Amino acid sequence: MNNSEAQGPLDKGNEKMETTTPSSLSSVAANAAAKKKPGSGALGVGLEARGIHAWFGDKMVLKDISLDFWSGTVTALIGPSGCGKSTFIRTLNRMHEFIPGAAMAGDVLLNGKDIYESGTDVTKIRLKVGMVFQKPNPFPSMTIADNVLAGLKLAQLKVQNKDDLLEECLVRAGLWSEVKDRLSAYGGSLSGGQQQRLCIARSLAVRPEILLMDEPCSALDPGSTLKIEETISELSSSMTIIIVTHNMQQAARVSDYTGFFLSDGGPGELVEVGPTSEIFSKPKDVRTENYVTGRFG
Amino acid sequence: MSTTAPGAKSANLSTPTPAKREITTKPRFSDKVFRGVATAGGLSSLLLLGLIFVFLAFQGFQVLRSEGLGFITGSNWDVVQDNFGNTDLEASSFGIAAMLIGTVICATIAVIIAVPISVLCALYLTFYAPGFIKRIMVALIDLMAAFPSILFGMWGYFVLMPHAEYWAKLIHKYFEWIPIFKMDVNIFERSPFVAGVVLSTMIIPIVTSISREIFSQTPLDRVQAAYALGATRWAMIKAVVIPYGRSGVVGGAMLGLGRAMGETVAVYTVLNLVYQINWQVLIGAGGNVASMILLKFGEAGPTEIKALMAAGLALFILTLIVNSIANVIVTKTGGKGR
Repeated sequence: MNNSEAQGPLDKGNEKMETTTPSSLSSVAANAAAKKKPGSGALGVGLEARGIHAWFGDKMVLKDISLDFWSGTVTALIGPSGCGKSTFIRTLNRMHEFIPGAAMAGDVLLNGKDIYESGTDVTKIRLKVGMVFQKPNPFPSMTIADNVLAGLKLAQLKVQNKDDLLEECLVRAGLWSEVKDRLSAYGGSLSGGQQQRLCIARSLAVRPEILLMDEPCSALDPGSTLKIEETISELSSSMTIIIVTHNMQQAARVSDYTGFFLSDGGPGELVEVGPTSEIFSKPKDVRTENYVTGRFG
Repeated sequence: MSTTAPGAKSANLSTPTPAKREITTKPRFSDKVFRGVATAGGLSSLLLLGLIFVFLAFQGFQVLRSEGLGFITGSNWDVVQDNFGNTDLEASSFGIAAMLIGTVICATIAVIIAVPISVLCALYLTFYAPGFIKRIMVALIDLMAAFPSILFGMWGYFVLMPHAEYWAKLIHKYFEWIPIFKMDVNIFERSPFVAGVVLSTMIIPIVTSISREIFSQTPLDRVQAAYALGATRWAMIKAVVIPYGRSGVVGGAMLGLGRAMGETVAVYTVLNLVYQINWQVLIGAGGNVASMILLKFGEAGPTEIKALMAAGLALFILTLIVNSIANVIVTKTGGKGR
């Protein structure tokens, strides 16, 4: 990856950070509702999901989800178990298709281009849309350093200074101070929370524009969760983050926008989406209100 | 103070460290019965192995004592009879060095040919084959693993051997500078190479089966982690599947090696047994302990049979040694990728 390309999303992100500082948040929020409607967002920037449907075999699990993700924002997807949140984000970087019998319909536009278009190089999509999984999954046969740089090797990318990249990614993931003296230890020797931050560092090394996080803290203790939330706030200045979480406090803490998914036994649907503060204080839909106030779910 | 509040420190600070308690459980009757049955099952296989060993050692003892170390270092097999038709143990000589070395050579050739093919086959079945092809092939390969070896021998003799001889000629033509591919005599028929090729067809199903089993157990979260980093399938296999499956593949290869060393009939049909150590694998002169036992058994007198028992004992020990080495390799290579 050449340097100018690598800097691209970063620069964009920095501009975005200015617009999302508290003083200007309200104006962003004001536009949000309009921008979240399919087709009405700024075209050609960021990630846009249009009418996503998903099936496992004959069972439809997602119905007509349309969501736009602005560059430099954190969007939390909440909802009870089995409502299709994870399935939805897995359609965003084409991980959905690894499950046998899985199918989808709709478009996912990355910078205006459909990632499901035939002839698309899937590996390039996944480089731009990174993913952190629920269970920490470092490669046990690799050292900490090799784990962080694994993406370069896997995707056959070249960088000029691997040591700098290694340090940068670990610093951004909030892990550098804890592992800088044992970079040649195996990834499996870290604690669960450290392993998860290692996985985040690993995702950052290929310089994604968008990071999908599928319940990244559900297997972790509160201390590690806090560290990862700090990491998310750090990262949100330079990239788009979409996080699935069962923890509503977490959604309230880390996200700019929140989407509420619900399934009434049939396919999961997007009930409501908006600025996080609105979803938690004055949701429009009564089902959202019931969920965020803890009346069910 | 007779009672201590929960969480309160013991009043007496000078209490000595207590002795470690012995922790025992009294198993229930049903557990005892099952344990007895399982132990009996486990020990019977060990007992069987031990009885075979004792029988071979007992039968072969006379010959082994008379031949000494020469039994495994010498290569002559001459049976001398006295005027009454009895075997003269002193004048006869029994040596199986050529057979032992030949056994190892054939089995090694077979493993060298079989392992790469098997691993590729297993990778194809696990990661590339469409569902129905996969189901058919898995069933066929498992069936092949259970095929009677005489069928491999016959097919090897009539079909594969002419081709193997042609390959041998090619190897000889281009790699003659490697000592083991030299030819002092121009006989390509029934060479250790040909036997190795036939043996490799026999062990491919086993090694494939085991490798496929291991590869399919690769943890899905690691596979997805690799894909999520923009890996191609081949890059994912290299980074995740191979490190994970390496020890299993080595184990499978060693099982194949074990089978190749013990194989009798298939080798018997395609290998020319010669009582002389031959390292030039393309020449039609090799050795194989199991095949030799088969060859000699029918017409052997009582003493020669004892010598054959001793040869069996040597094969038994050789197999044990190879398996032990395999175990060490599997443990050594196992830890890292898991």
